[in-house]
Amino acid sequence: MMAFVHRFFDTSKLINLVLNISLLLLAVGAALLVGAVMIWLMDADPVKAYQALYEGAFGTTNSRAETLVKATPLLFVGIGICVAFRGGVVNVGGEGQMIIGALAAVWVALSFDTVPRFLENIPIHDFPHIFIVTASLLAGFLAGAAWGGIAGVLKAYFGVNEILSTIMLNQIALQLMNYLLNGVLLDPDQKDRVNRIPKTARIQDYAKLPRLEWFSDTPTRLHAGLIIGLALAVVVYILLWRTTLGYRIRAVGQSNRASRYAGINVKRQVLNAILISGGCAGLAGAVQVLGLQYRMQTDGSAAGFTGNAGFNGIVAALFGGLHPIGTIPASVFFGALLIGAQSIQREVQVPASLITTLNGLVVIFVVSSQIFIKRLTKRRASVPPQPTTPKSVPALQEEPTQ
Amino acid sequence: MITDIIKASVAASAIRLATPYIFASLGETFGQRSGVLNLGVDGIMLLGAFAAYYAVFETGNLLLGVLAALIVGMLLGLAMAFISVTLQAEQGISGIGVYLFGLGLSELLFQKTVSTPTPIEGFPRINFPVLTDLPVLGEIFFHHNLLVYVAFALVPISSFILNRTTFGLQIRAVGQNPEAADAMGISVARVRYMTVMIGGALAGLAGASLSIALLNIFQSNLTAGQGFIAVALVYFGAWRPYWVMGGALLFSTVNALQLQVKTIENALGINVPSEFAVMAPYVVTIITLIFASKRVEQPTALTKPFERGES
Amino acid sequence: MRKKWLLLPLILLVVVALVAPSHHHTRSAKAQDTFKVAVVMPSASNDLAFSQSMFDALTAIDAEMGDSFEFVFQEGTFVVDDAAVALREWASSGEYNLIIAHGSQYGAIIEELAPEFPDVSFAWGTDVDTFGYDNVFAYEAASDQGGFVNGVLAALLTKSDVIGVVGPIEVGDAKLYVDGFKAGVAWVNPEIAVNVNYIQSFSDVALASEAAQAHIANGADVLTGSAQMVVGAVGVAKETGNVLWFGQQSNQTELAPEIVVANQVYHWEIVLKDIISQIQSGTLGGTSYTLTLANGGLVIEYNDAYALSGFDKFVADAAIQGIIDGTVTYTLE
Repeated sequence: MMAFVHRFFDTSKLINLVLNISLLLLAVGAALLVGAVMIWLMDADPVKAYQALYEGAFGTTNSRAETLVKATPLLFVGIGICVAFRGGVVNVGGEGQMIIGALAAVWVALSFDTVPRFLENIPIHDFPHIFIVTASLLAGFLAGAAWGGIAGVLKAYFGVNEILSTIMLNQIALQLMNYLLNGVLLDPDQKDRVNRIPKTARIQDYAKLPRLEWFSDTPTRLHAGLIIGLALAVVVYILLWRTTLGYRIRAVGQSNRASRYAGINVKRQVLNAILISGGCAGLAGAVQVLGLQYRMQTDGSAAGFTGNAGFNGIVAALFGGLHPIGTIPASVFFGALLIGAQSIQREVQVPASLITTLNGLVVIFVVSSQIFIKRLTKRRASVPPQPTTPKSVPALQEEPTQ
Repeated sequence: MITDIIKASVAASAIRLATPYIFASLGETFGQRSGVLNLGVDGIMLLGAFAAYYAVFETGNLLLGVLAALIVGMLLGLAMAFISVTLQAEQGISGIGVYLFGLGLSELLFQKTVSTPTPIEGFPRINFPVLTDLPVLGEIFFHHNLLVYVAFALVPISSFILNRTTFGLQIRAVGQNPEAADAMGISVARVRYMTVMIGGALAGLAGASLSIALLNIFQSNLTAGQGFIAVALVYFGAWRPYWVMGGALLFSTVNALQLQVKTIENALGINVPSEFAVMAPYVVTIITLIFASKRVEQPTALTKPFERGES
Repeated sequence: MRKKWLLLPLILLVVVALVAPSHHHTRSAKAQDTFKVAVVMPSASNDLAFSQSMFDALTAIDAEMGDSFEFVFQEGTFVVDDAAVALREWASSGEYNLIIAHGSQYGAIIEELAPEFPDVSFAWGTDVDTFGYDNVFAYEAASDQGGFVNGVLAALLTKSDVIGVVGPIEVGDAKLYVDGFKAGVAWVNPEIAVNVNYIQSFSDVALASEAAQAHIANGADVLTGSAQMVVGAVGVAKETGNVLWFGQQSNQTELAPEIVVANQVYHWEIVLKDIISQIQSGTLGGTSYTLTLANGGLVIEYNDAYALSGFDKFVADAAIQGIIDGTVTYTLE
């Protein structure tokens, strides 16, 4: 315990921490300042706008719940990104993997339109509920992993760059969703209508992830997906730093060639990394359906369902230092920003596009401020950085050659 | 023959569809060859598209429109270069930032100025003497607007610059081995600034080709993600201008073909779900790459910031 | 690890924000005399299509009712989950007499919110389902009717006997319009080919434009389409010169005054007015509305600048009258 305290609270660390916080605040502040000028140019009151941003994200119990709800899919995707990027795989296919994961989860959930007799006979409290939810989540994970796996196989065995294949696979997943929701998965109530809406039936109560009612005395949308995400962060942390599999994935991410000399099957680790990453994104899609929307519906676009979590999750993971635990606060930070930004639009009636601009500015400013931290820590550091320190974004290694 | 007309119109359509991809992908090729990944292409395209549209909307001067797109694109390239070269920020993430910024700002400016989608007089289709009237060939090759020809002309020019000039050699050296390039007296930062700014300018032009040449209108998110496809096509083309063009043409040809599916269906009495038709270009692109399987090594220093004496 | 610097401050920042004292919204009592409406829309409020149709209706009511009416909106909310946040916020604030979710993709949200806030009145569309709750109104447009009339005119005006349609995804309002359009064409002449192309996107202007090009290459001389991305298709029709366009959802004449023949325009204000008077008399929901030609919610707005022959206009007006009094009937596929 004391060792832990010492690790985090010796003076130089403390000074670094203070510096870091000030710089992060400065970066966010600078971005918001530019935003303020823009808001002012639009004849709106910047002070009122930023008050709305804070209130919208943290002001009430409900807004806090919504911030966490927004953070949940970012967390799942972000955790997956940690594994992929550590393994040297740039997975920008989170959107598609979310969609496929959600499709599989909702399909399994809907296939239990009644509780099977054998489940009820098992003398564990609430067993059918636990079983069905678990099965649906598992389906989401596996489907997401499989979708990511396509890009993994293409990269490992066919030399197809994963940025290309995942961008393409996102579009393919979207069309698959549109097709299935307007076809075999279509709500039976919609089938005979000329102007049918492409959505599935609503899942049964026993297939839903429970809402976290202890969070507040009034109902919020906060659901158990958040808890699963937190647990997953710990699991993936252990996987990456306490298991052989994690060691191999990270080794491949750092140096392809060295790993090969060390006897690691590079192709298999590349595949492993993207399988896990895709699975996490698949879970993100699954919890959105099982915990939040209770049915799947499409407006024809990927973002309509994912809310761009497949991309925002990457940002969250990188801000979290590509560390599963670090991704937790980073996801909440971005969840808050996204939720609060909407509240600006409602309260001050500025166009939604201003908010998108503002989000872009925050990302740019925060990521740019990193250099100053790097310089400061370098100047302060008494010892040179350890040679084993992983790069924050692993180098895109050369294509595997035969 | 109706089939001839369809074939000609598909080819013509493919050439039009490929134009913005060629601009943007060539630009991205320059950046990536020197070691900088710019994921913000779509955002730059949008701002370029708006700048060109607004200039033409106000003045009616098409050249001013092109100039506006080039300048705006170059400025955003400068910003991107500053972020990723000088500040050494992570390139993937700052690219997403630039994308969001461009997506938001282009719509915001549009809402505050023109507001509703209003058509403008863009680049007219060129009528070449004799050539345009040729059967089939005339429609395919000689009935496009100026920017389409500029895009295709840029392919050999880019290839020449990258492979046959000192500047091209510097670009490749900086992307392959920045330490060695630095030792040879090449300024890594200067080269990267130049390539990313060229990339920005071409992304701006890609946007302009949509807003003042092909569509002659602006709407929020006009590009609908084309910038991301353009980045993917750079990988498809393995950082070589001609192959990049090939990728753009392949993708666009399948896209043009799938738009004809409904007509073919009526003629043959079959029914292909539109979802699968729309999916086709993406599937074909991936499958082609599997069989082409070029296994070309990417620029070694791609996405890696350079700092003298670091490694 | 180089990135640890971000980790700790982020944790700290988030924890501080989460445990900071919350300001509970003081629920201001609704002002007796002002009727307050909040609406969430999927695209821009001036998209010349679906969202604008609602925005225009609210603006019209605002002009009519003056100080006794007020509305706020959140536009561009294509992310369904974001709409849920706005709708819940408005519902729990207790400040709004009516909360509108303008998009069929928002249905699941209303389904969840309505029982949770039984004192708040919700309206959503386009759909007919009030989910059995007595605080939910549903509204839709019989867009097949105007589609039919547009189709009749298109069939009369085509010389090549080929007509092209550019649609988003084959569902909902767009499908209803397109199916009505096809029925209208067939009513005049079943031999005319109607090629329908759903491009699977509400936003891809470039693809919509190329889809129009493809139709024209296949001989179409009349085009129509639904949703906000069709501005690209209108542009193509205009550039080609001899191709006509029929508008849907909002009046699209200004996009191409030379070639737009007629538009089906939605007037949600007739629904909204009834909802408002119901709420004012204490009924919070339970009704499902349909805009039709008969109730004036759907209007065919001709483009005065286009010289429509007396005969063609006569037939179109007869079709409108026939649909209204039930003498013209058709079946949708």
